[in-house]
Amino acid sequence: MKVRRLSLSSIVVTLFSLVVALAWIFPLYWAVNTSLSVDTKTVQVPPAWFPVPMILDSYQYVIKNTLIIRWYFNSVLTSVVITGAVLLLTVMCAYALSQIKFRGNRFLFLAILAGFMIPGATNVVPLFMFMNKLRLVNSYWGVILPQLVSPLAVVIYKQFFDQMPTELSDAAHMDGAEEMRILFRLFLPLNWGITWALAIILFIGSWNNFFWPFIVINSTRMMTIPIGITQVQSWYGIAYPRQMASAVLAALPTVILYLIFQRRVAEGVAITSGIK
Amino acid sequence: MGREVIEQTGGAVVRLRRRRRRTPWGTVLLLVLPFIIVYCAFLIYPTVRVITLSFTNSDIAGRGHFIGTENYVRLAHDALFWASLWHTVYFIILTVIPNTLVGLVFALMIMRLHRLRGFVMALLFLPYVLPVSVVTQIWIWVLSAAYGIINFLVHLKVNWFQDPVWAMPSVAFVTVWWTVGFNVLMFIAGLQAIPAEYYEAAALDGADRGFRVFRFFTWPLLWPVTSLVLVLQLILQWQIFNQVYLLTAGGPFNSTIVVLMHMYVQAFTRYRGGYAATISIVLFVLILVTSLLQIRLLRFRRA
Repeated sequence: MKVRRLSLSSIVVTLFSLVVALAWIFPLYWAVNTSLSVDTKTVQVPPAWFPVPMILDSYQYVIKNTLIIRWYFNSVLTSVVITGAVLLLTVMCAYALSQIKFRGNRFLFLAILAGFMIPGATNVVPLFMFMNKLRLVNSYWGVILPQLVSPLAVVIYKQFFDQMPTELSDAAHMDGAEEMRILFRLFLPLNWGITWALAIILFIGSWNNFFWPFIVINSTRMMTIPIGITQVQSWYGIAYPRQMASAVLAALPTVILYLIFQRRVAEGVAITSGIK
Repeated sequence: MGREVIEQTGGAVVRLRRRRRRTPWGTVLLLVLPFIIVYCAFLIYPTVRVITLSFTNSDIAGRGHFIGTENYVRLAHDALFWASLWHTVYFIILTVIPNTLVGLVFALMIMRLHRLRGFVMALLFLPYVLPVSVVTQIWIWVLSAAYGIINFLVHLKVNWFQDPVWAMPSVAFVTVWWTVGFNVLMFIAGLQAIPAEYYEAAALDGADRGFRVFRFFTWPLLWPVTSLVLVLQLILQWQIFNQVYLLTAGGPFNSTIVVLMHMYVQAFTRYRGGYAATISIVLFVLILVTSLLQIRLLRFRRA
């Protein structure tokens, strides 16, 4: 085993990176610190660097006096449905494109690839009119439906399925298995890794989505959490501890997901950005 | 598991002559139709509709009639539109280049770490997983004029998000803080893909000084990743709205109004659906051109 030399330069780099990284997330610490302090401490000079004594009043207040629980529910519901539905829609389409020869296969794939170039944000006006016609403005379906389009996931799944050995599906066909069975019993289980990575990226993406829910939702009760917490401010003027408490609560799910599934998130980002 | 299956069925595979199966249309439709329906309804249809809408005087409910190119003529004379376009470009300049440079520096720094690599990476990436409104609320507090911790530390009383000079740079700074983790991740992936032999060869050539190695080896080998990072950010930042809306709401004195915000106001507070669609078209074209650039770059990468 090689013994690593502790050179001066490596110590300096390590210390420097540590300082930079801690300074970088200092605003997050500061938000947590403020959320655990009383109002009067936020305006004192010099500021209090630590939340001593630690109080949870702001959290209690936000949970009791705002609709944050409801916003949480809305966010969980829409994000879970979006994640599940996108995975199901795209995995099926990608399987057909990758494993079944049919007329129009190539055309369909190119049409989906072309969808890459359409930015979601420029479509909101006709999308809103469409949702309005369907009477889905201010509803869960209104939030969910336009977020189900993910040509990227189709292309990624197709790439992974293309790499599967052809012997595999040939053998399954020999056994008389139908396409659906091959997809869900063979191809999907063999590609759990990419499914997990996609699922986490999709979930975080839809949990954090701001623009579309912001446009299609117009009542406080139907808001998802990233929209909801912007209301906390206007409800009782500026009270930083409460505002920070609601921000911390809103951030918690994605932060926890990230801390648990760090490698998967990194993998998902790499795959969806086209670097891998 | 994959290998097991292949081994178990290996005998059959050898004997198998690829039969031509008839296209199982029922299954194919069952597999592709759900996606195609969603794709057409929520991507293709709105894209076509935004084009037709731009030639009408529709309200936000879609009621209106054909008015030819009137919206486009109006757009050409809309001073606020041109201002918003400039603000968007200004925002892009303030974010894309610093974000790329900071991302690269952080990635190079992390690559030199051993035991702390994962920890430092996690800290720098963490802001990227936060919802935009959480990011803006935190920074509104951290950068608040009277009691913000930053103003306390630097002994200033600047109202960062409401100052005509500082508003846009402040929004850009928050954006870099929020999203740099993505760039770091990309650059680390790119750096890890550079074979160690290159560095050994560089060392043999006597190029052991850090900067020379970077200049003549790392930077050129990393360029495909750098260009991808640049284009991905460009596509994203053309559509800037959220942070600006939440931090400055376009102020002070419209000095931070961006294109998408102009579209949003026209559509959802002035109820001018047709005109808002026209603004969307301009943005759409700008992004399309950027995407085509990306495709060229990706091709270049594969070649």
